[in-house]
Amino acid sequence: MNKGTIQNLFFKAAVLFVILLGVTALAAPLIAPYNPTAQDISIRFTAPGLHHLLGTDNFGRDLFSRIIFGTKAALIVGIVSTSIAVFLGMIIGLWAGLGSPLTDSVLMLLMDSLLSFPTILLAITVVSFFGYGLVQVMIAIGVIFSPVFARIVRAEALIIKTESFVEASRSLGTPVLKRIFIHIIPNLLAKVIVQGTITFALAIVIEASLSYLGLGTQPPTPSWGLMLKDAKDYLIQAPWMAVYPGLALAFTVFSFNIIGDVLSEKLNPRVLK
Amino acid sequence: MKLFLFILKRFFRLVLTILIISTIIFFVIRVIPGDPALVVAGIDASNAEIQAIRVKLGTDVPVAVQYVRWMKKLVRFDFGTSLISNQPVMTLIKQRFPLTFSLALLGIFLGILIAIPLGVLSAVHRWSLWDYFGMVYSQLGMAIPSFWLGIILLLLFSVKFPIFPLFGSGSIKNLFLPAIALGFARAAVILRLTRASMVDELSKEYIITARAKGLTEKMIHYKHALKNALIPVVTVTGIQFGYMLGGAIIIEQVFSLPGLGRLFLFAIYQRDFPLIQGGVVFIAVIFSFTNFLVDMFYSFLNPKIRIS
Repeated sequence: MNKGTIQNLFFKAAVLFVILLGVTALAAPLIAPYNPTAQDISIRFTAPGLHHLLGTDNFGRDLFSRIIFGTKAALIVGIVSTSIAVFLGMIIGLWAGLGSPLTDSVLMLLMDSLLSFPTILLAITVVSFFGYGLVQVMIAIGVIFSPVFARIVRAEALIIKTESFVEASRSLGTPVLKRIFIHIIPNLLAKVIVQGTITFALAIVIEASLSYLGLGTQPPTPSWGLMLKDAKDYLIQAPWMAVYPGLALAFTVFSFNIIGDVLSEKLNPRVLK
Repeated sequence: MKLFLFILKRFFRLVLTILIISTIIFFVIRVIPGDPALVVAGIDASNAEIQAIRVKLGTDVPVAVQYVRWMKKLVRFDFGTSLISNQPVMTLIKQRFPLTFSLALLGIFLGILIAIPLGVLSAVHRWSLWDYFGMVYSQLGMAIPSFWLGIILLLLFSVKFPIFPLFGSGSIKNLFLPAIALGFARAAVILRLTRASMVDELSKEYIITARAKGLTEKMIHYKHALKNALIPVVTVTGIQFGYMLGGAIIIEQVFSLPGLGRLFLFAIYQRDFPLIQGGVVFIAVIFSFTNFLVDMFYSFLNPKIRIS
């Protein structure tokens, strides 16, 4: 097997996994064998087995069911945060790329300052100011990743601004907004999709990290990061609590990364060496 | 002269970045709904108590005055006094920073130790077992969240096979697992870049010349190509170091290490606003300064940057 076939195989597996995640998230109540928040202290710390596939936690909740319901939280975070980032990035990027040179430098300086800062710290800071919770976390992640998209959009807008077909369209009197939608946005799509896939994965990790710190999703809502937070105090009694939510997290991130990698290679042949 | 101008320009950008970050922090904390003093004081506080906290926070005067005060203090690295412990924020930071710094240092060291040899081997022996191993590693490194890796390491090496202590800090033994958790993912980034940079270098013309001169492959790979290939790696490694300071917040929580991250986190839990502000600005300064140093080092390694 050469590199291409292996990569293709991984890509297909990753896409399949993501589809599976989507189905799981949508049909969580049908798939999960137990209520994810139902507590039963008498069966706490049950090891993985026939009745509880992945065991139970410190409240006797079924881990498998909680992981299934956690899928929903993870995917919602990915979708909402990435959409916010793309939307903000588009606006800022277009504004900078098509605006005056002064607007451009001011906006880009702001974006660069945001970019030159550890993401996780920025997320924690934003959440610490605006309060804990899933909504705040999603907005924070969206804002933090918007500079990446702003850069891509701006670069593209600058190039396209001078292309003759756009120039021609301008001289024909096409309004700015229409020009943006017809000429600029379609050209951007490929790069934005690749970056969006990567951002999706990062958003899920950041949400999990913040929930682990107690700043994200609040109990008893099932979230992978929150489950890992609970697991930390019971490493000796119930190691499975720490293993499975993390595996779900890692597989999800892995799939999105693979998809992003393959897409970027397909769209940018220079990377392939 | 050109070098001097370059340094000056970069230094100006450093100051500007810090200025922007601290301004953003300043205004964000003031536009959030609700009076921080009320949050800190609690529901039962009397008006006098709330006023006292406002004075302490400095929010009793107009915003413009507050901003000037904040900037004046910032120049002297004075971030005010913690609301909880009543100690100067800078004193608290100074106590906690060495641990976080050593953790990040050990993390980056371990990361380099894995990434650069593996990256070079992958590039020299492309599509070999080394290369596949490198690819698997870099994918794992990017997929496994560092805090989960930390938990798993604790589970394996402190609970199952008690080689490393479960709690405590102070010795290098306590820092080893957290440093691995922190360095593992960063190494993936460095590894990818090392490989790409080395592959790029090996396809250049001076390598053909070296081969034509009859140099051994070893000489070509490790003396000629590696030297040039490492230039971009240095930059990225420096930036990764900055990211580690951020990542340390979570890792310190996983391993219960009393570093800057935990200080910051508890400040957030307790709504200790001066400490939050100070902590963020401090890390921003350190982070920007690291990037500045990296740029300097880069221009030293690569004269092309200075001239252009």
